Amino acid sequence: MSEMSETTLSAAPAPLPVQPPPGCPFEPPAEFAALRTAEPISRISLPDGGWAWLATRYADIRAIFGDTRFSSDTTIPGYPLGGMTGGHTTDHRGFIRRDPPEHTRLRRMVTREFMVKRVEALRPEIQRLTDELCDAMEQAHGREDGAIDLVEALALPVPSLVISLLLGVPYDDHDIFQRLTGKLLSRTIPDDERETARGELRGYLHQLVSSKEAEPGDDILGRLIVEQQRTGEITHDDVVAFAALLLIAGHETTANMIGLSALTLMRDPESADRLRRDPGLIRGAVEELLRFHSIIRNGPRRVATTDVEIDGHLIRAGEGVVVAVPSANRDETVFPDADRLDVRRPNAQHHVAFGYGIHQCLGQALARVELQVVIGTLLRRFPTMRPAVPDEEIPFRTDMAIYGCHALPVTW
Amino acid sequence: MKITLDADKCCAAGQCVLIAPEVFDQRDEDGIVVLLDDAPPAEQHEAVREAAAICPAAVIEIHA
Repeated sequence: MSEMSETTLSAAPAPLPVQPPPGCPFEPPAEFAALRTAEPISRISLPDGGWAWLATRYADIRAIFGDTRFSSDTTIPGYPLGGMTGGHTTDHRGFIRRDPPEHTRLRRMVTREFMVKRVEALRPEIQRLTDELCDAMEQAHGREDGAIDLVEALALPVPSLVISLLLGVPYDDHDIFQRLTGKLLSRTIPDDERETARGELRGYLHQLVSSKEAEPGDDILGRLIVEQQRTGEITHDDVVAFAALLLIAGHETTANMIGLSALTLMRDPESADRLRRDPGLIRGAVEELLRFHSIIRNGPRRVATTDVEIDGHLIRAGEGVVVAVPSANRDETVFPDADRLDVRRPNAQHHVAFGYGIHQCLGQALARVELQVVIGTLLRRFPTMRPAVPDEEIPFRTDMAIYGCHALPVTW
Repeated sequence: MKITLDADKCCAAGQCVLIAPEVFDQRDEDGIVVLLDDAPPAEQHEAVREAAAICPAAVIEIHA
């Protein structure tokens, strides 16, 4: 290696920090705390050889999310695509990768589906599904008298069943879309493999949407076909993009929050007891768990469409920004004693785990209800549940854009 | 307290409805915010301030 290229290498900024400190799977990467103090807007290198700004402070992150001069449009030159999961190509992109007015037009076609009262009406059904899965866990545990994988038995099926039901996607196909989603959200597989998975998922959903066009059901995709596609507002490809976005967003995120939350409460009997004694605290505890775990670990990302100053720092038009959500949610200036899980933290709901600004999570009301129901039920029905393996044997998802556990063997 | 909304900016996250359900609601057709009470009583003020602080699209404006 020539001296020249060595110099270039050493001058290149570090990549996005993703590894929790050794032995501390619930801590965000240690680099974030140092960056918040020393260099809150810093540079990172991207896997494609490019670079982007990295924002680590809560106030800056809210400012960036809340400012539409920072674009979500992946086709704008300078958008930081390098290392982005979910697929590289910018065609057939869903509304989260668009700006107003197109973003607003498309998002508003589905906002009513996830509004608070619609989701609250689903609570009894979510409770019923959860109880059935818990019954099955009890039976399997009695039969096998061994460890149960909580991810496979409960954390994945609840959100997966619910989003399949809402969208009108056959749950029997869940092994297909879970396998493909796993690849789409992997940080470690090669880009071409991820693109192949994206193509496969689109192929599956293309067929599904085609069959629903012939016979639209009383579900989100059916309503999009009848009310938006047949009136010429959107195309078949747009319906497929909606389906892909809602399917991926609807099950991986909540599933990982369930697994991590269950594990932290098993390791924190004082908080678990408090929640068992006073189930009224569960709503607030879910906000704190969302803050504490901040599972979105590979963005979100934006590109500046004009020169913008953030906290005295100039970000030029065409420069990319990566937002470190886990860092914002551990910012001591907003959340005192931020590294401690406090289920009664008064301002926990100020977290940005769902993002902030016009792109803030569309399914947040659904995620909240699912988490409240599942966590409450686990605490009530399995008070002695504990990990069946030592921490170091739990496979944490440091390889994925969404953090969590690949598997969580438990017993009781 | 007097509240006004810039509902064109609303992204239907629904957090205001969770925090202050007696003051805010969502339209059935698209989940966009609706004001139930533009001059809520004192016991609602804290929740309204919290809703305004959390609203992701800065839709809620409070006039003292």
